[in-house]
This record gives sequence, C-alpha cells and structure tokens, in this order.
Amino acid sequence: MTRLVLTRLVDLAFVLLGVSLLVFCMIRLIPGDAVAIMLGANTDVTPEKVAALRSRIGLDQPLLTQYWHWISAALRGDLGTSLWTGRPVGEEIASHIWPTVQLSVLALVIGAGLAVPAGCVMASLRGRAADVAMRLASVAGLTIPSFWLGIVLILVLATLAPSLQMLGYVPFWQDPLDNLARLVLPAVCLSLPILANLSRLVRSALLEALGQDYIRTARAKGLGEWRVLYRHALANAMIPFVTSLGIQTGYLLGGAIVVEQVFAIPGLGQLILGAIGDRNYPLLQAVILLVTSGFVLVNFGVDLLYRLLDPRLRD
Amino acid sequence: MRKSPLLLFAVAMVALPVLLGLGADWLAPYDPVGQDIVARLRGPMVGHWLGTDQLGRDVLSRILYGSRASLLVSAASVGLALLAGGTLGLLAAYYRGWTERLVMRAMDILFAFPVMLLAIGVVAVLGPGAATAAVAIAVVYTPIFARLLRGPALVICDSDFVAGARAAGATDARILLVHVLPNLAGVMLVQTSLLLSSAILVEASLSFLGLGTQPPNPSLGLMLAEGRNVLMLSPWAALFAGAAILLLAFGLNLLGDALRDRLDPRLRGPG
Repeated sequence: MTRLVLTRLVDLAFVLLGVSLLVFCMIRLIPGDAVAIMLGANTDVTPEKVAALRSRIGLDQPLLTQYWHWISAALRGDLGTSLWTGRPVGEEIASHIWPTVQLSVLALVIGAGLAVPAGCVMASLRGRAADVAMRLASVAGLTIPSFWLGIVLILVLATLAPSLQMLGYVPFWQDPLDNLARLVLPAVCLSLPILANLSRLVRSALLEALGQDYIRTARAKGLGEWRVLYRHALANAMIPFVTSLGIQTGYLLGGAIVVEQVFAIPGLGQLILGAIGDRNYPLLQAVILLVTSGFVLVNFGVDLLYRLLDPRLRD
Repeated sequence: MRKSPLLLFAVAMVALPVLLGLGADWLAPYDPVGQDIVARLRGPMVGHWLGTDQLGRDVLSRILYGSRASLLVSAASVGLALLAGGTLGLLAAYYRGWTERLVMRAMDILFAFPVMLLAIGVVAVLGPGAATAAVAIAVVYTPIFARLLRGPALVICDSDFVAGARAAGATDARILLVHVLPNLAGVMLVQTSLLLSSAILVEASLSFLGLGTQPPNPSLGLMLAEGRNVLMLSPWAALFAGAAILLLAFGLNLLGDALRDRLDPRLRGPG
C-alpha cells in the first residue's frame, strides 16, 4: 500500500507539473502579441504601456525564469495581481469560489444521493418495456442541456409562484434558508446527468453482484432479501460508484460555470467569463490552474479511497 | 443477430435532425439573419411556425441553420479528435516503450483538466468563434480517443496475425492501417457517436456563454442566451432552441448506446 501511494504521488506530481506548464504557456499560445491583445480594448495604447505591462507580467525575462517565478509564487499562495483591478488574484478567487463549490457539492449530494435508491429500483425492474423505458430516461437525463432545464424551471416557477425569488446568491451565513432555497434549482439542473450516470452504474453493478457466489451464500444462510441486497450486493456496487464520483466533479465544475449564468450566481463562472472579456489572462491562468489542481487532487483522493474500499486492490 | 427496434429508433432520431439541418437551405422558410422588427417576439403562428425572436427573425429558420452549425462543429471536432487521439493511441500501442510512455503521459495531462474548463481555456487563447470552438472540443476529446483505443490496440498488436503480418514483411503503416485499425472499428463507432452527442452540448454551452458561434450567425446555444434575456416577454425562441439541442444530443447518445449493445456483447448490461 505504501509503495502504491508513493507511485501514485509521483504520477500526481508529474500531472500537476504538466498542467502548470500548459497553463503557464497560455499567454504564449495566443496568436500575435499577447500584450498588445490584452491592451487591445483600452484606448490609448502606447509602446511604453506595452513595455510596462510586459515587464509586469514578466514577459521580458527568460522563459524558465518566468515559469519558476510564477509557480514558486503560486505554491506560496501568491497567484499574482489581477490585471485591471490591481487586487490580488487570490482575493478575487476567494470572493467567487464559494457559490461554485456550494452549488457543485449540493448537486453532487442530490445526484449521488438519489442515484443509489434509483439504481436499486431500476435493478428490481425486469422486462423489455422497463428496460427500454429506463434506457430512454437515462439517455434523456444525460443529454438535457442543464442551462435549458434551468430556463424552463425558471419559466414554470415564475408562472406558478411569481413572488418566489430564484435568482442570485445569498451567502450561507447571512441567511441559510434563502441561500439553500436559491441554490436548489440550479443544483437540480446540474445533478441530472450525475443521477442518470450513477443510477445506471448502480443498477448494472447490483445486477452483476447479485449473480455471484457470495450472494448465493448469503441467501443460503437465510438472510432476508433486503439484507442481501443492501448489505452485500450494494457494498460491492459502491466501488465503481466511488470511482465515478471523482470523474463527476470534473463535469460539475464545468457545468456549474454554465448553470451559474442562467441563475445569475456570482461564482467562478462569472469570474472566468469576466476575465475572458477583459483579456485578464493572469487571472484566467490562476483560476484554471487552481480548479484543475483541485480536480486532480479530488481524483487522487478518490483513487486511494477506491483501493481502500476494495481489499482485492490493496496490494 | 436479433432485430433491435431501439437501434432503428436511434438511427431515425439521428437521421431526422441531420436531414433537417443539412436541408436548411431548402427547408427554411426565411433568411435566418433577416430581421423584421415589427413582427418581433411573436409566439408560434401561421407563417412563423415557431414564432420570432427579439429582432423579428424566424425561429424555425434559425433553428434549422443553427442545428446545421451545431452538427458541423460537433462533427469537425470529434473527427479531429478521432484522427489525433486515434493516431496517438495506435502509435503508443504499437511502438510501446518511450513512445507509449510519452504519449500516454501527455494524454494524462490533457485529461486532468475538467472538460468545459479546458475548452474555455482554448477558446480564451484562440479567440471566440465556431472554428475555435471546434478546435477546443477536439483538444478536449483527443485524450479520450487515445486512451480508449490504446487498450484494445495493445491486445491486437500482441496477437498472432499481427506477428504473422510482420513476418511476411508488412510495413508498420500497413500493419496499423490494414490489420489493427479495422478491428477497432466497433469501439471507435460507439465512442464517436457518444462524443458527437457531448460535443453538441459543449458547443451549445460555449455559444451560450458567448464563446462559440458569434452573432448574428444562427446558433442554438446563442439563441438560448438571447432568448433568456426576453424570457418573460416571449420564451419561445429559448424553449425551441433548447429542445433542438436536446433532440440532437439525445439521438446521438441513444445511437451510441444502442450500438454498444449491438457491437460489444460483453458490455451488454444484464437483465
């Protein structure tokens, strides 16, 4: 196990290094003169201003030196200063990250929470008609555009309950109830593909487990059907479930950016789109680096957890 | 082989919007960018079957052209990804050693990014537009194809008939193209169909965020974004555009799903 953790740590370091290099190269990959493009929308672009910005981002230094300065500062928690506001990038991110994290976690809880009972019900349904119905439903769940669903829900609720305040974001510590009330709709929109994916996974894992010898043993020793299903079969079905959770976080972070726009939630999506609009590349780089690192670390944790859960993979 | 009504249904679900989209030039009753400001924000009515948008443009015509644009971006991006990812995956499986390590590590790095975030990053660098959206989606899907094809390709490259071909003096390129590639057709077909479906959704998301197809060009994601601003006045454009996105993505995903059953019995779910 220690050996395994060590190899995975080396892999992790390698991937993080690669990700940071790629994100670092972003500004350099922009066709043409990146600094001129960044200043583009602003009125009086003088050669002095271009030179000043170039030295502020460090573009006038050798490539490796720049990378070293950037990444060592990032590791110390200094993500640089936002181009136009002059505020530390860390502060800008901190003021936008919580709505996104809260929305993602809520969507994950809803999707994964409902997927287990839904998968159990789906496993107990037999027959061709049920099979086709389940398949159509899960494909629909995967392909309903979350932002469209959001718009439809807003429209329906605005007609049914015009007084309901659905848009925007209220910090949890300010008004916990209002906070949750406003996040439920976007979280439901975001959770649908997760529910579709995971419930199908639970179903097939359950059906596979139910066909195996240890289930026959459990039945033979007289355990009730529910106990067999939940205690024995479901435990095994949890292994692919947990692995899949890690991958879902990647979808969530991306999906949240879009759904936030529908519900006017001031999260990372707003920050990212603002940064693209302002050509604020240092800010954009920092957000992408941070979010991707978070995603990589979550998957690293899930991978370890998965090996802990499955005794067969421990050695 | 048993007949599969589901597969037939899926094929029909894909064929219908594809034909409608490709036939947009003949089927669309109006110019998709032609404005009629007097007749704006109308609901469905005779003449404008799906209503008009905030500039009085015909929603049906815009959806037909928008579907075509979505399908083109999606097909171009998945095609590019299949070409790049497939080549890399095959080379990794065939040459093993450093080639494999280098290629797969590079794929690991691309795979580490959340899909939308990487796509947004690529668009941010290249500038918004339909073509850059296609490139962005292709970059995101390349590691998926490389990883998916490397596994089965490893097995095939190890098999006796490849050793036989090599002994008979076939070149590397011939072995890969004639002996290995055809055996991967099934896996490729299923994944291509599923990714075409996701690409429709990613393209629509990018356009919705203003990073894909640029106005006034008709695009389903853009119609949703524009319709959202006038939602309480006239929801029709947003509703129909979203339904069109769903229809396109649903058919392609179902097709991939049904094909997987048909082509790979091992993946067929029990029950």
